[in-house]
Parts: sequence; structure tokens; C-alpha cells
Amino acid sequence: MTELKKRILPTVQKPARYIGGEWGEIKKDKQAVDVRVAFCFPDTYEIGMSNVGMRILYGVMNRMEGVWCERVFAPWGDMEVQMRNHALPLWALESQDPVCDFDMIAFTIGYEMSYSNIVNMLDLAGVPIHSRDRQELKNIVFAGGVCAFNPEPLADFIDFFSIGEGEESTQEIVSLYQKAKKEGWNKDAFLRAVSKIQGVYVPSFYAPEYNADGTLRKLEVKEDAPPVVTKRIVENLDTAFFPTEMIVPSTEIVHDRANLEIFRGCIRGCRFCQAGFSCRPVRRKHPEVLYRQAVEMLENSGNNEITLSSLSTSDYRGLKELTDQLLPYCEANRVSLSVPSLRADNFSRELMEKLQAVRKSGLTFAPEAGTQRLRDVINKNLQEEEILSTCAQAFAGGWNNVKLYFMLGLPTETDEDVLGIAELVYKVVQAWKENAANKKRGLRVHVATAYFVPKPHTPFQWEAQITPQEYLRRCKLLKEHFYSKSIEYDYHSTELSRLEAVFARGDRRLGAVIEDAVKHGARLDGWDEYFRYDIWQDAFSRCGIPMEFYTTRGYGEDELLPWDVIDVGVSKRFLLLERHRAYDGRVTPDCRHGCAGCGANGLLKEVACDA
Amino acid sequence: MPRLCFEKTGNAVWISHLDLMRVFQRAFKRAGLPLTHTQGFNPRPSVSIALPLSVGIESVCELLDFDLDGDEIPNDEICRRLNGALIDGIRVREVYSDGRKIKHIAYLDCVLTLEYDAGVPSGAAEAIAALFARQELVVTKKSKNGNTEQNIIPMIRSLQVQNPDAHTLKIAARICCQNPSLNPMQPSAAIETYLPELTPDFVACRREAVYDLQETIFR
Repeated sequence: MTELKKRILPTVQKPARYIGGEWGEIKKDKQAVDVRVAFCFPDTYEIGMSNVGMRILYGVMNRMEGVWCERVFAPWGDMEVQMRNHALPLWALESQDPVCDFDMIAFTIGYEMSYSNIVNMLDLAGVPIHSRDRQELKNIVFAGGVCAFNPEPLADFIDFFSIGEGEESTQEIVSLYQKAKKEGWNKDAFLRAVSKIQGVYVPSFYAPEYNADGTLRKLEVKEDAPPVVTKRIVENLDTAFFPTEMIVPSTEIVHDRANLEIFRGCIRGCRFCQAGFSCRPVRRKHPEVLYRQAVEMLENSGNNEITLSSLSTSDYRGLKELTDQLLPYCEANRVSLSVPSLRADNFSRELMEKLQAVRKSGLTFAPEAGTQRLRDVINKNLQEEEILSTCAQAFAGGWNNVKLYFMLGLPTETDEDVLGIAELVYKVVQAWKENAANKKRGLRVHVATAYFVPKPHTPFQWEAQITPQEYLRRCKLLKEHFYSKSIEYDYHSTELSRLEAVFARGDRRLGAVIEDAVKHGARLDGWDEYFRYDIWQDAFSRCGIPMEFYTTRGYGEDELLPWDVIDVGVSKRFLLLERHRAYDGRVTPDCRHGCAGCGANGLLKEVACDA
Repeated sequence: MPRLCFEKTGNAVWISHLDLMRVFQRAFKRAGLPLTHTQGFNPRPSVSIALPLSVGIESVCELLDFDLDGDEIPNDEICRRLNGALIDGIRVREVYSDGRKIKHIAYLDCVLTLEYDAGVPSGAAEAIAALFARQELVVTKKSKNGNTEQNIIPMIRSLQVQNPDAHTLKIAARICCQNPSLNPMQPSAAIETYLPELTPDFVACRREAVYDLQETIFR
């Protein structure tokens, strides 16, 4: 008789994402390992399999003797209905065993709007969602990823967080668990021991107390846990583990290609950007290491596309050396090389032209703001001339498609700044009229505006988000000032960005809201098909927590912030200084023009910051 | 163009036709077998799979045409290298160079396995055999452009019902698979329509072999 799962598979969309068995997946004998880790990505297979961090840590854990790490993804809605109807618990891909059989349950969290999926996945696994209700060492739940830089909204559900880069700390954590399991420790003993590993935050060892106005009064530290948890980093990326034997999905994923990370950190310091601050300091990989890894990845996977990823690829010092080596290999082997996040400088233009030999990609700019004044405020040092001259050159070279990304609601933004966007776009249209090689095919300018979300650990972490009404007014104002038919304008919806703002700077009280929303059906919030704002609104009102507290209120400079317990290396003093420079309209030159003194180099012991 | 015959079984049955092309393209690459590419604006590796197989259906007789760049490699070597680079459930049975034109495929043998969790109802095999002995059997054909009614009898060359164990019936049929083609699940749909009391709890389907118009094995 065909087993239940195989009977369900024909009834759901894209069944291949639930069965594992891809090229490169790691299988071990479950009787022969002592620790099994269910590594969960709180979104669908297509999204999760595109995540480099997950691929790295999958390799890190599976390289450990006696440890078997398997992958788990959030099921799509049709599969969830079948699972709930048939009481089929969430399973891991490699063994197809239920998640509740695993020793450790890990999550990597990169997006605030996947919080509902975390709780829903625990529920689908049949594991108690609250940390306090999981009494055993087994099924211990831990989490990392960029959202862990403010872990508080998830404190009720996650037993401990691994803050920062996980190549080394994950190994230490899992080794400790191996020992704990062998010696029969209880959960509490393990948590006490794990809290001693640098970069580990155990929320139950910290008790928040609030003021009458809802702001945080103090975070009481218990069990001699560290008062501040400093994130972990890998100092030497050349010798750090990087998986060149990758899993090759049998079904199409979002980024269906080899992805090679070329360096970490960012020299730019755009004041709205969380990654720009929380991923410091800058550490490079050598071009020869990268070339070797690129070739290994392509040969092991059979991919016909590779992308070089980083926060700002043009700032990689070895880019010329690497691409000079890699391009001939790619051409000979019919591999297309994509280099996103290029700045509009001369070398990048040359490189773009060379890349065209393989395939023509789009032209995308993220000026973020419409006027130079506001770009100075946010420290986005992209000049209008750079955009226009690059566009002119591209149009002359036959391009007729440009994407321009902006944000609305940035600190100090006025209507003049909003209209500055329309003006800049108009100049791009003019540049096409003057330079286009072929006008017959017409021009398409895609303009998108996002609703600014202040993020923790940035100079804008104290800022108020503008109200949804005000954001929509600015969108409308902008829309009225686009006159060309070539312009296509999209603006992000207010609802998601508002919730994102709440959770990005949320505190521990939000646990109740997340639980309530999930109980009432919130899941897959990043997907239009499933996102339901009304569920979240009701959850906030049922819990008596106003969203405005976290959005339009703004945080006081002397306020104790929920994420102050986490140290990402950049000092709060520096962030505050940057905030004040923003208000003065003063730019801070990129790190290569002189160290601005953010403090992140203090995380380095063996090497110097490569900014 | 050389051709290969492969199996798609086990968990690989959940891979869609389009995804399977990608699986093969990458397997060729991993095996160090460079495919030629199509000409044109967006060159694609030249692999094509005959008679797209629906998701969920097993097969031991899939055909894939491909074309390699560079020095000639013996067929059995290609077979060996590909099998070393393919995932579980996809296995190349044979590689050969003298394949006939795909348009000469006419029939295929398929086996439907009907599972009855509470046991096969008595007389089911006979009732089903009798159903397919009718002159006409109109079944709804579902497609993207809406549903149409289809008499499936002319497209069934032969059909036998077997009862291998107390919980299973097997329907082995030789059906038309090109111009016109019959979806191999349609006999099961006919049972649901005309003998609803014999609707099985689950149906599995498998392709066994493809034939030309003269009913000799197609290569």
C-alpha cells in the first residue's frame, strides 16, 4: 500500500519540494550518529534553497563527526491543509523523518515577516511552541540569521540565539550538545553552559522590566549570563568553510545558480542599511581562493550560472583579478557570470560590457532618495551625474530598460525630495531620448518606492516611521508628477512594511501577538496569496499592544533599546554620531577614505579590517 | 542525434517535465559531457524528452535526445558517466545513436495499480473488464481550456484486469500516445464515473514500453 505522504503528493503544487533526494544532499545512517539537527528555513523550499547562509551551515554541521543535519522548509498552504487533515507532522527532507524526532531544531531567520512561519512550523512539527513548555534537552530550538540581531520578539519561542556568523559558533554549540546528550544533562544545564559560548543569547536568562509608558526600564540578567552578547565573526574567510559541494535542487528555485560570496562587510555606511553596519568589519577573500571555489562549485553542481555576491561588489578589491580569471573559464564552459550590486564607476561599466558577451542583464540603480540633500542625509553617496552618465552610456549601447529604486519616509524628507524623484526619472528619460541607439523598441523605466523601515543597529534605529497615510500621500504626489508613458511606478504596500517596522524594533511583548496571529491563521506573510493584515491588526488589538509604539513613536536617544543587549561591533555612540551627522546633512566618507571609528574592527584579533 | 532510454521511478516521479530537462542538463555537465547549444538569442543546451510524463507517474521507457560537443565518446561510456551524475530514481538504461523519428511512436503500455484499503470489492475485476469491453466510454477530459467529453475506447488497443492480491487491482493497457493521445489516468477516471462504488483509494501509474504503429518496440 502506498504510504500516506505519497498519496498526498499528487494533490499538491510542486511536490518535488517535499521529497529531498537532490544531487548533493547529505545522507547518514541515523543509528550511527549521536546528534540530529533539523535545520529549518521559515519559508518555502524555493526561497530557502536560495539562501547561502543555510548552505554554509548545512555543510558545517554535516562535516562534524556524529552529527547529521537535515533541511526543513515551510510547506505551501495546500500541503499544510493536507498535513493538518491527515495529522501528518512536519518532516525533514533527507530522512523524511518527523522534526519532533530530532535532537536540535535550528532556524535561520532573515526576514521579520517569516516570524509567523517559525511558530507555525513548530506547531506543524507537533513541538510545543513556547520555550518554557519544552522541558527536555531534546527538541531544543535555536536560531540565528540577521533577524537575531534583535531577538526579543521571538524570545518566547526560541531557547537560544546564535548571534552573528555561524561557521565557528555553530560547531561549538553542536559539540556542546553532543557532550550534553552523552552525559545526560537536562535542558537547564545545557542552556547555562551554552550561554558561555561567545555570541549565544539565552532569552530566559534575561528578564525585561518596563516603564509605565511601555519603554524598557531594564533587562535583568540572571544565571551569570553575559550582560551584553557580542556577535561572532569569522576572521579569515580564505580558510573558513565554504561549501563547494552544493545541493542542486531538482526543481526550480528563486536563485537557481551557484552563489559565491566574495567578501563580507561593507565600506559604505548608508545610514538606513542594517547589513551595512551589522555585517562589519570588512573581510576579504583572496581572488585565487574565490576562483578555485567558483570552478569547484560549477563542476560539482553542473550549474550554468554563477553569481558573485556581496553587499557592494564594486568595493571588492580583487574584482578585476577575479573576473579576468573567471570570465574566460565561464565563456569556455558556457556559464553565465552575474555580478550584481555593481556601482556606477568606470571599471564596473567595462565589466558590464564584458559580461554582455555571455548575456545581457538589466540596469538597476538604487539612489534611494530623489535629491542630493536627502542622499547626503542617508549617506548614499551616489551622485546624479553618475546615474545619468551610466544611463546615457547604456542607452547608447542598446539598453532600453532601467530600474530605479527609492524609499519614501526617510528622515527629514520633504515634498521637495519626493518631487526630486520625479525630476531624476525625467532626466533619465531625457538621457534616453538623447542617447538611445535604437528608439524603435521604446524605453521602460521601472520606478519603485519602498516604505522606509527603521532597523536596529543603524544610525536610524531611533527614527519614527511616517504614518501609512502620509506614505500613501507621498506616493500619490510622486505618481502625479510622472508624465512619461515609459515610466512604470510601483510602490510597496504599507501593511507589510508597517509590520516589518514593528518586528524589526520589537520587544519581548510581541511574542503574544505573534502567537495570537498564528493561532488565527497568519502564515506565509511574505506571500500575497496568504498575507492577511486583518489577522495581525486583530492580534495587536487583542493583546492590547499598539503598533504605533514601535512605528510612528520613534525611540528616545536615552531610551534602553530592546536590542541593546546585542553588540554587533559598531558602537551605539558611533550610531548616534552618525544620526546627528545625518540631521546636519553631513556625509561620512566610505571607510577607504579614512576610518570613521565605528568600532567593528575591535571584533578582529588576527587580521586588520580590510575596508 | 543520439538518444537515451531512461527510467524515472521512486521519488524522482515528482520532478516535472521542465525540471527534468534541467536535471539532465546539469547531470551532463557534471559528467563532463558538454551538450551542444541551440542557436539563437537565448542558446539552450540541446536536450529534448519525448512524450512529456505527468508528475507522479513512473516510467521505465523514457526517451531523451541529446547532442554532444567535442570528441566522440562511446555510448556505453556516456551511459556509465551519466549514471554516476544522476540522482536516485533517474537511471539511464541504454544510449544509442540510431534512434527513429519520435513521430513514429504510436502506443504505450501502462499499468495502473488500484489500491483498495478495505480490500478489493468482490466482482470488481470482472465489472471493470466489462466496462472496458463497451463500444463507447465517454469520460471528461480536463484541460486548461476547460473540460471536454472524450470517448476513450478507440484509444485503448488492449486492456487486461488482474487481481494480484486482496487489496490491489492492476490494469495493464496498451493505449494511443500520439495523435491522438490518451492520458493513462483516464481509465481510472472511467471507473470513477461509471462504477463509483469501485473507486479505489489510490491509483498509481507506470509506463512500461513504447511502440510504433506496427506494435514493435520503438527505439
